[in-house]
Amino acid sequence: MKINFKTLARTQNYFFITMFLILLIACKKEVSTDYTTIKTQGEALAELTSPPLVPKPIGDRAAIKLKVNMEIKEQEGTMADGVKYTYWTFGGSVPGSFIRTRVGDEVEFHLKNHPDNKLPHNIDLHAVTGPGGGATSSLVAPGHEKVFSFKVINPGLYVYHCATAPVGMHIANGMYGLILVEPEGGLPPVDKEYYVMQGDFYTQGEYGAKGLQAFDMNKAIKETPDYVVFNGKVGSMTNGNELTAKVGETVRLFVGNGGPNLVSSFHVIGEIFDHVHVEGGALTNKNVQTTLIPAGGSAIVDFKVETPGNFILVDHSIFRAFNKGALGILKVEGDENKNIYSGTIQEGIYLPEGGTIQKMPENSSTKTVAPKRTLAEKISNGKQIFGTTCFACHQSEGQGIPNSFPPLAKSDYLNADSKRSIKTILHGLSGEVTVNGKKFNSVMPAQNLSDDEIANVLTYIYSSWGNNKTEINPEMVKALR
Amino acid sequence: MQKKIFIIFLFLVQIGFMRAQESKMVPIQEGFYIPLYGATSKKPVIVKSFYLDIFPVTNTEYLNFVKRYSEFSKSKIKGIFADNSYLSYWRSDFDFGNANPKAAATNVSWFAAKKYCECQGKRLPTMDEWEYVAMADEKRIDARTKTEFNKFILSWYEKSKTYENRIGQTFKNYWGVYDMHGLVWEWTADFNSIFLSGESRKDKSADKNLFCGASSVNATDLMDYAAFMRYAFRGSLKARYSTRNLGFRCASTTKL
Repeated sequence: MKINFKTLARTQNYFFITMFLILLIACKKEVSTDYTTIKTQGEALAELTSPPLVPKPIGDRAAIKLKVNMEIKEQEGTMADGVKYTYWTFGGSVPGSFIRTRVGDEVEFHLKNHPDNKLPHNIDLHAVTGPGGGATSSLVAPGHEKVFSFKVINPGLYVYHCATAPVGMHIANGMYGLILVEPEGGLPPVDKEYYVMQGDFYTQGEYGAKGLQAFDMNKAIKETPDYVVFNGKVGSMTNGNELTAKVGETVRLFVGNGGPNLVSSFHVIGEIFDHVHVEGGALTNKNVQTTLIPAGGSAIVDFKVETPGNFILVDHSIFRAFNKGALGILKVEGDENKNIYSGTIQEGIYLPEGGTIQKMPENSSTKTVAPKRTLAEKISNGKQIFGTTCFACHQSEGQGIPNSFPPLAKSDYLNADSKRSIKTILHGLSGEVTVNGKKFNSVMPAQNLSDDEIANVLTYIYSSWGNNKTEINPEMVKALR
Repeated sequence: MQKKIFIIFLFLVQIGFMRAQESKMVPIQEGFYIPLYGATSKKPVIVKSFYLDIFPVTNTEYLNFVKRYSEFSKSKIKGIFADNSYLSYWRSDFDFGNANPKAAATNVSWFAAKKYCECQGKRLPTMDEWEYVAMADEKRIDARTKTEFNKFILSWYEKSKTYENRIGQTFKNYWGVYDMHGLVWEWTADFNSIFLSGESRKDKSADKNLFCGASSVNATDLMDYAAFMRYAFRGSLKARYSTRNLGFRCASTTKL
């Protein structure tokens, strides 16, 4: 009994000593995360990049005095095809130049306002500890320069933006960007790094209205944007500007949200983020499908691409992606990996009630006899079919949706070959097509329509929106079925 | 022959008239208005009657001034009165190069603008005077609540290089004054009387009430964003600064 008690007491002692040691180590660790006292060694000029590029990693170097030259330019740019907008920019791009620092760096910031600009500007960097994040010291008139300096003492990915009255308008016109503060030793190495930043835009005209579009303050106050885009414009990362990677590579995205109003539900279709630095801070989450990025906030996401194909970056508040522009593409090339993704193995028929599966058995409607109709009947009948079946993608005036669904209005693709049009409705269409000079790479499913219905809807389409008025008969459809 | 002479005479009269017109003034009647900023209580500010130039000062007019007062030429002006960008678009002391003679003179510092007006027996308008005249559209003394009026002002921010335009191309306002909006910014005598610290979101402290957070609380008309811009712009200036989008015009308390 006695011995047993002694052993117990000894064990208890060991326990306390161990606990004490653990606490001691923990405390020591706390002390080493105070970066205010880091001494800088030497100085250099910061490398700045426009999106989607990111400067080279620098986390493994010592803290230095880093000079940043940032020029503000008010300039006209392209929001979408045929749509111009006057952007206010940090460094000539929206979002502004990417600034990469290491914790402990002393940043000497030179903010220059181009002489041709009309307005004064300043900068609030969320990475700054100090009044206004630098805004109090940086109000700069056109044709002038302001210099201020700050020490970056918290690792993370931070938004910077203009904070001159009216602040909302300056941000809505594109005055935001990202500044990265790398931890000691840097972030884990990856193969590809990209810079993506979302923003919402408010224009006098509706989405797609041509010409130079003015900023609309009323829409901004109501928070009803016409455009929600990545990197300042529709199509910044599609149609030849895709982000790229090879199968097996790891990809890191520095994602920001400039707002001014909307919160982003950032998602990459067909990928799962291996790691997410939640809100750009130290907390790391794993295996994330969609991460929330607040206006004026960020996230660092990384993932390994295991299969080839196009991976679509979206704001999963999904109408923003397909109707307002928040869509980009990461194009991955390399060998298929059938263990991870097989592709379609078999195409079958499933016939529940309702129209979810839109593939018809071959020959199913060949026996029904189509009624004879006049041209006017066909058009009015076809219009109704269009309104229920086609318009969701091709839109009410056949204008389609840029980069997603091809136009039917004045469509060269459509007018060139009516047989091809019939086959498209009968059998669906996938893969790249060029319509009116624009490339589309999407999928249209086969449509569950009778010969008569297909003839009617095509006749309606051909007789509308400047198309060539081809008349389609049910017999022509039947012949191609 | 007589007819020809008459036509030439008419032509000369026309030139003379135009020249006079450039620096011609119109009377502005006494009135009051509630400024966007600066009034802690929403008390109206009284603006006494005065005279204001119809147009901003042009390159030609400024050249004439510089010729008479060469200490205000590009090369001779003292550093305390103007920064390096003073008349930066001029080719030399007495040559404004390719600039439109009838465009507003810009890249002029506050000191130089003040001197110019004094040499004409005039002065720079006060900010209250300037804002009072600037709130008029074609028909109303105060059009600040009109959407179209604000849209016009805001649209200017999105047009580049308006400083190249001739004076007198924008609308003639209620008082008969042109170009208060849509051409260039303009100096006022007390441009820095309302203090802007550069951080537009500070709230509550009385002398720093001009920034966005505060401005939304303090501004008398929320939608007058057009005016926010003017105050923000003025706040970024110092008297020796000169920029390509900043010109001026003169005022006078008495009829000249």
